[in-house]
Amino acid sequence: MALDAVAFGLRRIGRGTLNAVTRLGFASRFFVAVLLNSPAAFRRIQLTLREIYFAGALSLVIILVSGLFVGMVLALQGYEVLTRYGANESLGVLVALSLVRELGPVVAGLLFASRAGSAITAEIGLMKTTEQLSAMEMMAVDPLARVVAPRFWGGLVSMPLLTALFSTLGIFGAYLVGVKLIGIDNGAFWGNMQAAVDFRRDIFNGIIKSVVFGFAVSIIAVFEGYDARPTAEGVSSATTRTVVASSLAILALDFILTVFMFRGIGV
Amino acid sequence: MPDASVDPTCPTDIAVSLRGVRYGYDRRRPILKGIDMTIPRGKLVAIMGTSGSGKTTILRLIGGQLRPQAGEITVAGREVPKLERDELFALRRRIGMLFQFGALFTDMTVFDNIAFPLREHTELPPDLIRDLVLMKLNAVGLRGAARLRPSELSGGMARRVALARAIALDPMLVMYDEPFAGLDPISLGIVGQLIRRLNDALGITSVIVTHDIYESLKIVDYIYFVSDGRIVAEGAPDVVRASSDPFVRQFVDGAPDGPVPFHYPATPLLEEFARGA
Repeated sequence: MALDAVAFGLRRIGRGTLNAVTRLGFASRFFVAVLLNSPAAFRRIQLTLREIYFAGALSLVIILVSGLFVGMVLALQGYEVLTRYGANESLGVLVALSLVRELGPVVAGLLFASRAGSAITAEIGLMKTTEQLSAMEMMAVDPLARVVAPRFWGGLVSMPLLTALFSTLGIFGAYLVGVKLIGIDNGAFWGNMQAAVDFRRDIFNGIIKSVVFGFAVSIIAVFEGYDARPTAEGVSSATTRTVVASSLAILALDFILTVFMFRGIGV
Repeated sequence: MPDASVDPTCPTDIAVSLRGVRYGYDRRRPILKGIDMTIPRGKLVAIMGTSGSGKTTILRLIGGQLRPQAGEITVAGREVPKLERDELFALRRRIGMLFQFGALFTDMTVFDNIAFPLREHTELPPDLIRDLVLMKLNAVGLRGAARLRPSELSGGMARRVALARAIALDPMLVMYDEPFAGLDPISLGIVGQLIRRLNDALGITSVIVTHDIYESLKIVDYIYFVSDGRIVAEGAPDVVRASSDPFVRQFVDGAPDGPVPFHYPATPLLEEFARGA
């Protein structure tokens, strides 16, 4: 009896592993197919521009408002801690480094996954459910070139831009709280920030992170949509999978990138 | 210039031919168990059968969206399963397909839906595309609906727009997947007559997958009945009406029980009760 239970458990693990490996293989082939179809998508750049608008411009409200509030809260919390050590004039440095290195790419990535990633998955999944992708194929138009590739590139381009805006609004929020509300010296706030934030080490690494997160969210979103079961339940679970997988991917990738980027430079 | 999507050696009177076609979504559950079918050029042929009998699968095989496990499928003399991707796409430009619920692109207007295949496959100037789209819309009686979105259309209108889109590139073959499903009697009659009229006026070959026997008998030239993955009966509408074949009779009369059983296969009821006792 116990042996049966063990065999049953092993079979389940085996089946689960095989499914996961098959799906990973399919996702890799899918990614290659998206890349191969990208030149066709670029030839009609307005398709990608339209997706930048949908994924990027329409995410602006949530990104800007969140950036502002994250910056304001960071300033309040940071000021409270820095005052204990008499270093409250370093508030600008603390906020700027936190935002451009970590919070900007990560929080903007998480928001992007929930706002744009889920929308991309749901749209492609619903197009599949309502046979729009099949109709396109039957009209001799490849949905990978017409639907998937523009959404992938639209997401990939939007993410670093949204991250930059998130960090900018965050710093502005910290300025409002730190300088205008609490009364930290304006020159110290900006001057210390300018002296301490390095373009290559801090800002450029943050941009790299946002590009990697943009890639992860976009490829997960288009893959889940394209691979969704063509039912209402299938689209709903694909959308959920996009948000969960993208969020976990962002956090895991962030750790790996941080290890490589800031290793051995004394920070 | 010769058309690359048509085999010049093909008999000109046959548009589509299926020989011994077998297909299953997995090896254990065959959907089609050896289908033989000939669809003559210029004719309107219906494939009828119960839900789940594999009718739509036949259309997907003809269009090259699925590959058969065995058998031969030719369209305009070209063996569809053996075509390379580019050749298949070239052939598909000559095939129109109307999906069950229209499959209109929901992010485009009616006009853009019909212009879609023209813009994708031709270099025609916008003015000419506009005129062509309006002509196609006029043919289905919906020129006035050009600026509407698919969400603003009734089921019957959406089906007619999809029909206009299917004929946008002047195809040689149009396939209709359940074109009458969910339509009110008036819309149903309109769509049926449109299919017949367009078939004759444009000289195209049409294949309709449906289970609407009454509408089909009015408009089609020939009917194939599919059941359990095989062709179980076939004939012209008059032959079908007069047929004494039990399957055809059950279909024409709409009898709940017959060769197509009312009950899904199960153990006998008494046995089932005894097991629970």
